[in-house]
Amino acid sequence: MSALRPDLAVIAANVAPRSRVLDVGCGDGALMAALRDTRAVDARGLELDPLNVAECVARGLSVIQGDADTDLGYYTDGGFDYAILSQTLQTTKRPDLVLDELLRVGRKAFVSFPNFAHWRVRASLLWHGRMPVTRLLPVAWYETPNIHHVTVRDFRELVAAKGLTVEGAWFLSGDKRISDAAANWRAEHAVFLLSR
Amino acid sequence: MATAAIQTSSHVLELAHPLPLDGGQSLDGVRISYETYGQLNADKSNAVLICHALTGDQHVASPHPITGKPGWWIRMVGPGLPIDTDRFFVICANVLGSCMGSTGPASMAADGQPYGMRFPVITIRDMVRGHVALLDALGIATLHAVVGGSMGGMQALSLAANWPQRARAVLVIASTARHSAQNIAFHEVGRQAIMADPKWQGGDYYGAGKGPEAGLAVARMAAHITYLSEEGMHEKFGRRLQNRTAKTFGFDADFQIESYLRHQGLSFTDRFDANSYLYITRAMDYFDLAEEHGGRLADAFAGSDARFCLVSFDTDWLYPTSESRTIAHALNAAGAPVSFVELSAPFGHDSFLLDVPALDRVIAGFLGQ
Repeated sequence: MSALRPDLAVIAANVAPRSRVLDVGCGDGALMAALRDTRAVDARGLELDPLNVAECVARGLSVIQGDADTDLGYYTDGGFDYAILSQTLQTTKRPDLVLDELLRVGRKAFVSFPNFAHWRVRASLLWHGRMPVTRLLPVAWYETPNIHHVTVRDFRELVAAKGLTVEGAWFLSGDKRISDAAANWRAEHAVFLLSR
Repeated sequence: MATAAIQTSSHVLELAHPLPLDGGQSLDGVRISYETYGQLNADKSNAVLICHALTGDQHVASPHPITGKPGWWIRMVGPGLPIDTDRFFVICANVLGSCMGSTGPASMAADGQPYGMRFPVITIRDMVRGHVALLDALGIATLHAVVGGSMGGMQALSLAANWPQRARAVLVIASTARHSAQNIAFHEVGRQAIMADPKWQGGDYYGAGKGPEAGLAVARMAAHITYLSEEGMHEKFGRRLQNRTAKTFGFDADFQIESYLRHQGLSFTDRFDANSYLYITRAMDYFDLAEEHGGRLADAFAGSDARFCLVSFDTDWLYPTSESRTIAHALNAAGAPVSFVELSAPFGHDSFLLDVPALDRVIAGFLGQ
């Protein structure tokens, strides 16, 4: 098995064994396959790209082609122990509503996103006055799927405003975990575990 | 591609008991013609039932006995192919009501005369009852998988809903859980074309030389249009003329598309019985899986532990993606492990029979588990 993307590795390490998981925007199913193979998790997926869904089915995963913005409504309340949204929040039309839906279908939710307040992003804007193109944000502004850029602080404020509980937070720089200190400057990537 | 020869054998099962039908009647002496490919393993756990479409038959990967054409799914079924006959024991049975050896309207009734329109109206579930009787006769308690495209997908869904213990995996391609008004409408055009042909004679044309070939050909032509996409048809034929440089100002087949449809219609009459066409299209029109289960589709699958996979094609307007998505959501609501994918292919409804590499990967992956 190839190594998981660092944010997925964090999630995989913190999902309880034998739980039920919905991976929203599951991509090629790497996380679902890892959860199934190493933690005996009953994993289901929702994915927009048909070629990714075909890849998931070829891996023996149960994945439905659909859109996080519109199709979560088909899932029953509390049907899953965890709903996972990795690297997808910033691509949705209404991240706040998607967050509500995640915590409706899942008792807990993992959300990971690239931090738009990382110092490289800030430096790019400050020095060059241009929308940053970085390792985690590799696509130019006009064709990026990331339509709602978010920072660690923005996310914490949204979570607080919704009265949600942060059960865990992990921050990554490069492929390494870093401490919470000044995470809004230093983290390229954040992973949150939320509950109602 | 596979080079090894495929192991095929042809069989006919004669049911010892009458087959009960949804219409309230039962049929005596039912015969089921079927083909098998590959070997059934010792614990009988490697069987895959393939259900054929409206005008399909059991010759899924072996030559058609009348036309001599290769089997209709040779690109999918064989050694080393997605439905791997080195690994699976593949069964394909001609459906009840058809005309390739299983009991249908052209079969002899107890009085020694063909049934004709005395044949009872059957349903998709009746066809599946025949398949289940075949599985019983073969001693197969549970299929590794049931697979079907189009009407074959309806049979796969019906098996999963009504005999939930008989299949561990259910693969439904380019199909629907119910016939729409538009689906019924196209079928009705076909049936009226057959019944308007004077040679139909109330269905009593057997032994009278030619049957309602003109009517059946028109039915096939109308149906064939629904199997292609507008875009695919335009690409293949456009407004090109058939073997001529100018329009003839007559009603000959000036356009390639006309010539193609006429050929499709005529060649169909060589291999298909007009009454079978009436009965099978009726069965499809009657199909509504939710209606059979109290109006709620999710309830149809409440007793199922099977894995499901649904595939639709973006250019299929006969059974469009929304139909497959409805089934996927119902299965999800029932808590079943389900995958659904809409694949992109230019060939319309017929895409499931044609070269769509992504479909090969989905089928191989889903059945390989």
